[in-house]
Amino acid sequence: MDVTPAVEAIDLVKHFGTTRAVDGVSFVVPEGSVLGLLGPNGAGKTSLVRMLTTLSVPTSGTGRVAGHDIREQPNEVRRSLGLTGQAATVDEILTGRENLRLIGSLYGLPKKYIREATERLFDRFDLTDAADRMARTYSGGMRRRLDLAVSLLATPPILFLDEPTTGLDPHSRSGLWAVLRELVTEGTTLVLTTQYLEEADHLADEIVVVDKGTVIAAGTPTQLKDRAGKASVVVTLTHAADLDPAADLMRAHSPEVHVEPGSRRLTAQAGGLGDMTRIAAVFEASGIELDDLGLARPSLDDVFLHLTGRRAEAEPAAGAPAGPTTEGATT
Amino acid sequence: MTAVQTTPVKPASRPPIHPPSLVRASMTIVWRNLIHIRRMPEMLLDVTVQSVMFVLLFAYVFGGAIAVEGSNYREFLLPGIMVQTMVFSSAIVAMGLTNDLQKGFVDRFKSLPVPRPAVLVGRSLSSLIHSSIGVAVMGVTGLLIGWRVRNGVVDGVLGFLLLLLFGFAVIWLGIWVGSLMRTVESVQGFMFTVMFPLTFVANTFVPTESMPSWLRTIAEWNPVSAIAQACRELWGNGPIAGPEAAWPLQHPIAMSIAWSLVLTAIFAPLAVSAFRRRSRD
Repeated sequence: MDVTPAVEAIDLVKHFGTTRAVDGVSFVVPEGSVLGLLGPNGAGKTSLVRMLTTLSVPTSGTGRVAGHDIREQPNEVRRSLGLTGQAATVDEILTGRENLRLIGSLYGLPKKYIREATERLFDRFDLTDAADRMARTYSGGMRRRLDLAVSLLATPPILFLDEPTTGLDPHSRSGLWAVLRELVTEGTTLVLTTQYLEEADHLADEIVVVDKGTVIAAGTPTQLKDRAGKASVVVTLTHAADLDPAADLMRAHSPEVHVEPGSRRLTAQAGGLGDMTRIAAVFEASGIELDDLGLARPSLDDVFLHLTGRRAEAEPAAGAPAGPTTEGATT
Repeated sequence: MTAVQTTPVKPASRPPIHPPSLVRASMTIVWRNLIHIRRMPEMLLDVTVQSVMFVLLFAYVFGGAIAVEGSNYREFLLPGIMVQTMVFSSAIVAMGLTNDLQKGFVDRFKSLPVPRPAVLVGRSLSSLIHSSIGVAVMGVTGLLIGWRVRNGVVDGVLGFLLLLLFGFAVIWLGIWVGSLMRTVESVQGFMFTVMFPLTFVANTFVPTESMPSWLRTIAEWNPVSAIAQACRELWGNGPIAGPEAAWPLQHPIAMSIAWSLVLTAIFAPLAVSAFRRRSRD
C-alpha cells in the first residue's frame, strides 16, 4: 500500500507581475523525513513555502500537505502544519508566555493544555527564565526558539522552516540544529529552506536545489556531491618557484591537474586515499618542500558552482542589520 | 498516481484543535491589542494628553475670539472635537494593520485554522476602544470646563452611539489604506494629510456661517459636520441649524446615520478586496 507523502508540490507556479518567482516546481517529502530547499536569495524558496503553507495562492499548480490540497482544503492544511517564518513573527510586546497563549487560543486549544504545553516547550527550549519578559527583550536566538515553540504548540506533524538560522550566531545555530534533529526523531516531517549548504548537508535527507524559480538538482547530499565530481588532492607548496616542476610531477600521476596562478596551490583529481598517499610519496622523493597536502571532497558549494556556475553562499553581511527593531506595534 | 488519503497524519498524538468562531478569534485579537496599549501607554498619548491639550487650546486660546450664536464656545467645541477623535480611529486602525502586515503577524495568523476576517474585526474593535478612551478623556475635560449633556440620558447616549457608528464607518477607510500601503510612516503621512482638511473644513471648531459661500457648502456637506451638528442638538450644546444652512445640517441625525452607511458601503468593499489582494501574495 502506498503511504501518503507528508508534503507534495505539484508543478507549483507563482508569478508576481512579470516576475516568475516560482516556475513549475514539484517534489515529494515522505513522512518523517527532512527536505532541504537550497538556493541563493531570490531563488523562490520563500514563495514555495508561502504557497505550501496557504499564505499565498499559487498562480498555477497545487500542493498537498498531509494529504490535503492547499487550494481545496486550506483549513485542513493549516491544522497539519507549523510555520516558522523568515523573520521571527513573535509578538514583541507580548511576553513569551502570552505569545503561546495567543496562538493557543487561536487554535482553540484547551486552556489547561496550553499551560502545560507552554511549560514543557519553554523547558525544552531553555526559555523558562524569560517566559514572563516581553519578547522584544529577547536575543535573536531566543526569539527564534520562541517562534519555534509557538509553531510547535499544537504539535503539528509537519513543520515548515523558512531560513530558520539566518542571522544567528554559530552557537545558537548549532543549538537550533540539535532541536530540529530531536523533532525528526520524534517523527516530525521538516521542510526547511536555507542558503547555507552546510545546513542542508547537516539536516536534510533529501535536498532540492532551487535557482531562479526552478529545480536544478535533487537528491541526497551524497548523490549531489558525487555529481560535482570526484575527490581531489590539494597540495600547498612552501616555495611558489616550485609551481611548474610540481605540476609536471603531478601530471604524471593524475589525468587532471589544476594550477592556481599566482598561488602556491595545486589541485589534482584523485580517486581516493590511495592516490593521495602515492602523490605524497612522489613529493617526498622529489625533494620539493610542501606546507600541506590533503584530500578534499566536493562540498555542496562546489555542487552549486558546478550546477549554476555561481557560488551559492550569501556574502557574509557587512555590519549587523539595523539595530533594535523599530518601536513596537500600534493598536 | 495513487489515491489520495485524507486522513491526517498521527491524529492520536495531537491535542484537540477546535478552531475558534469569528467572534472568539476577534476577541483574542482584541485582547492582544489591548495588551499592547497597556504595555505602551505612550500609544494612547494621541487620544489622552493630546485630546486634553486640544480641548484646552481651542477653549482658551481660540475660544475667546470665536462667537457662537445661542451657545458658549466650550459647549460648541466638545461635540466637534469628539467627532475629530473618532475620525482619527481610521488612522489608528491603518497604522496598526500596516504594522501587523509588515511584522509578519498577519502571516502567522494566516497559517492558523482561524476565520481570516478576525484579524480585521479585532483590529477595528480595538481601534474603537482606543478612540472611545479619547472621547471619555475629552468628556471629563469638558465637564471640568463647563460642558454638559443637557437633554437627558436617552439623547445623550444616542449622541455617543452616533459617534461610534461613524467611527465604525471611517475604520473601513483605515483598513483600505492600511492594506494598500507598505510602511507605517507612509500610512501616517497619508492619513494625516486626509484627516486634517476633513476635520477642519467642517463645523468642527467654528460655525460655518462665516466661511465664503463655496467653502461653506463643502463644509456643510462634509459628513463630519452632520455628526457634530447631531451631537450638538442631542446634547443641547448649540443652536439648531438656520434655514440657510445646507440640507444635511437641517436633518443631522438622519444624515449622520445615512453618511455612516454610505461611507461603509463605499469603503468596506474596497477595504476587504485590498486586504484580500494583499493577503494572496
